[in-house]
Amino acid sequence: MTKIGLEIHCQLTNLESKLFCSCKANYREFEPNENICPVCAGMPGSLPRLNQEAVKKATMIAMALNCSTPEKIAFFRKNYFYPDLPKNFQITQLNIYGDTSVGGSGTISVGDKKIRITRIQLEEDPGRLIYEGSSSKNQITLVDYNRAGTPLVEIVTEPDFETPKEVRDFLNILSDLLKNLGVADPSLEGAMRADANVSTRGGNKVEIKNIGSFHDLEKAAHFEITRQESLHDRDIPIAQETRHWDDRRKITVSSRSKEEDMDYRYFLEGDIPWVKINPEIRTELKSEMPESISSKKERYVTKYNIPEQVADVLSSDKYYSDMFEKSHTESNAKEVANIITTELMGLEDTREKREASKLTATHLRDLADSIQTGKVSRNSSKNALHEILKTGKSVSQIISDLDLGNVSDESELLKIIDKIISDESEAVEQAKSNPQTINYLVGKVMQATKGKADPTSTLNLLKKQIGI
Amino acid sequence: MNLKISALEFIEEVKTGNITVEEFTAKTIERINQIDDKLHAFLSVNDNALDQARNIDKKIKSGEKVGDCFGMPISIKDNMCIKDTKTTCASKMLENFVAPYDATVISKLKKQDAIFIGKVNMDEFAMGLTTEFSAFGPSKNPWNIEHVPGGSSGGSAVSVSSYECIASLGSDTGGSVRNPASFCSTVGYKPTYGLISRYGLISYANSIEQIGPLTRTVKDTAFMLNLIAGVDPNDNTTVNNNNEDYLKNIDSGIEGKKIGIITETIGDGIDPEVMTATKEAISKLEGLGAICEEVSLEMVKYSVAAYYTITATEAGSNLARYDNLRYGYEMPVEGYEFNSYISKARKNFGPEVTRRMIIGGFVPSAGHAGKYFLKAMKVKSKLTKEINEAFKKFDLLIAPTVPILPFKIGEKIDDPVSLFLVDINTVTANLTGKPAISIPFKIVNGLPIGIQLMANSMNDKMLLQAAHALEKTVTLPEIPI
Repeated sequence: MTKIGLEIHCQLTNLESKLFCSCKANYREFEPNENICPVCAGMPGSLPRLNQEAVKKATMIAMALNCSTPEKIAFFRKNYFYPDLPKNFQITQLNIYGDTSVGGSGTISVGDKKIRITRIQLEEDPGRLIYEGSSSKNQITLVDYNRAGTPLVEIVTEPDFETPKEVRDFLNILSDLLKNLGVADPSLEGAMRADANVSTRGGNKVEIKNIGSFHDLEKAAHFEITRQESLHDRDIPIAQETRHWDDRRKITVSSRSKEEDMDYRYFLEGDIPWVKINPEIRTELKSEMPESISSKKERYVTKYNIPEQVADVLSSDKYYSDMFEKSHTESNAKEVANIITTELMGLEDTREKREASKLTATHLRDLADSIQTGKVSRNSSKNALHEILKTGKSVSQIISDLDLGNVSDESELLKIIDKIISDESEAVEQAKSNPQTINYLVGKVMQATKGKADPTSTLNLLKKQIGI
Repeated sequence: MNLKISALEFIEEVKTGNITVEEFTAKTIERINQIDDKLHAFLSVNDNALDQARNIDKKIKSGEKVGDCFGMPISIKDNMCIKDTKTTCASKMLENFVAPYDATVISKLKKQDAIFIGKVNMDEFAMGLTTEFSAFGPSKNPWNIEHVPGGSSGGSAVSVSSYECIASLGSDTGGSVRNPASFCSTVGYKPTYGLISRYGLISYANSIEQIGPLTRTVKDTAFMLNLIAGVDPNDNTTVNNNNEDYLKNIDSGIEGKKIGIITETIGDGIDPEVMTATKEAISKLEGLGAICEEVSLEMVKYSVAAYYTITATEAGSNLARYDNLRYGYEMPVEGYEFNSYISKARKNFGPEVTRRMIIGGFVPSAGHAGKYFLKAMKVKSKLTKEINEAFKKFDLLIAPTVPILPFKIGEKIDDPVSLFLVDINTVTANLTGKPAISIPFKIVNGLPIGIQLMANSMNDKMLLQAAHALEKTVTLPEIPI
């Protein structure tokens, strides 16, 4: 039986500043060692200045994952020497002297399964090491402290996963949840990293470190299970060890360092007083928290009668559900949901496309209304949507510019239908004996009207003219 | 020109035009040049001091607004950052470290037109109580240069007592302001934990240490405190003092105040001369209307052990950043793997710092923390409970600042444990966060004895009032230098 437990590190990328100073939390746009100050560079005499906003956001994550939250939180020092760590200790949280991390135990549903969360802690990210040089002999290590001090939330789970797929499903849910809370953008490079503990057939636990993305986490779990299974098959015992994920070769490699033997000499960080998180603060945070994904989904289904599957897709993506909230009305909600999930999601599937898009909530609302009132066919609306994204022109403008308006004049439509019937006598005969083949004729009419004819009235008129 | 005036007298003299800042500064520098070879209080002297003095004189002449210090020469312990100035912690590790920013106390005093006349000597990274552990050589006690000046703020105490400056800022982790103040006969004060920002003070044991002034008079201390106390957004441990004016009502006296004499500080190990002085101090306080009574604090006997365990743990962590990778001294990195580089670079720490870091690596480590570090933390919390209980009954606690007289340089340097025990009367205030002050009380055989008063947290004002009352009863001979 396979058991997988996760430690997920997630940067709070949406915060303005670092965890203990006013340098930018978004360090990505800087030249090396530009986004630093005496505090995050660990200069002698500097002191940490706790970012209260980070505490709030981390607590929100804990509440969203149904974790217990303590009355008071504390910070600890984790002492070890590493060049990416300016102070040679990391300020983090710990639960061994009582529950003082932002989050205690909790659960999250993944499909039919409940995954237990062990704890959630708030800590600082170290800097980044960059290795240069071709051979190990002339290799040099460069250090960039721009990232040092970035607020990081560590989410630790119990070993409740049995397959890499469950891991992936969990990560998708977690990623959506973090985006929905507005605390992080997990898609940014390096914003999400993870360690995984994997054991198979009751064997020793192997820790895999340094997994740089969610995508690789599933792969790493998969690789490690396969590796362990093949050892089991040959009766080779699994060593309890730490392995590193080799990002390039997509395999796990045994680490020479004895990280499991490290003694971090944890003790209380005296420079940061305990932070009270009393019931009033919790209530306040709850009121500031955006609606949860599951509650959104339920609302979409019950209030707007949106099919469950559509509601599921729509609610779990913050970008699209925000767009839905802004553009729908009581009457067109279902149509808006339909446009977003069937068309828009395909057109705006990358960050670049989203940024380039000229679509506004008004466009979506007008387009849905136009479909509902029969001004434009659902078919033609696709072309209109394309054009809106590109030009940002109004819906009515685009309908007239591209001549997408429905052929609403019945006599005109009849003329076209009569012509098709005379041209396609063979198909007409076939339709008479096999009514299902009439769709071929509907298609011909659509072709002739460039999709502007309303499919329902076309079908009705066809049937009437053919006499079936 | 009289260099022996107090801070408040200096301000009056400058305000009334009796002296110029330039004259006083020049005279002070002359004094340093004359005697500091012998005393070694200074590690560096401010080259721009005279220019700064002239600028302040100009401001005074033109009627511009001048800061409250009026160009007063102040020395700064070399563990506080002054921007663009070497801040060495008296260590080879930081021999060439130039601070890139001002400590909060420094920026506050700069705004008040203080002149930082120089950076003064200390035990390396403030670890020690004699200043013998400075990597740049010991300071000497101006009362008798064969004796230690106390420490770790030895340079501060020497510079104030021998008129090389008017006041100094030291730091007090286990008595490092009060001990040298007592040994050199100056006022030395450690405030309530959090009253003065530690931002820019290079940490040794951050959970218990505070910056504190060393001055000629208690009033001068109150004056300094007015300038540097209060909440600092850069130090989350600072406390709000509601802009208290510590000079106001400093003459309130101590009539009716209840003073506890800590039994454990007047028993075994106390020098008979110190015992006599303590008794004299008690009767003087009683003469001023105070009610004195013995009180036993049982945890005091464990306090030194707890103190060294906690401080070593924090030091081991606070000093970990000195790996020479980002700043420090010249040592090329080529050819090293980082662990071996760090190990080699860190050999530049002196023997006392090394000793405490070895202890600091051991006492909180897995498997030993329960026996040492966690036990020490228990002592700390029990001691705090005990002293809080005592402060329900007493307004103040009294003890000799140091149980013995200043000893000779080299006398105890090879006996760390007996040296540690000299801290017995001062560490309690640090472990419990309480304010305490040492007042010059007596000179015996040419060597000073100080008396310490302690008050409950945030009762700093009352503490200064009591210290001022006691100070007024004392007349001391001139320093022989």
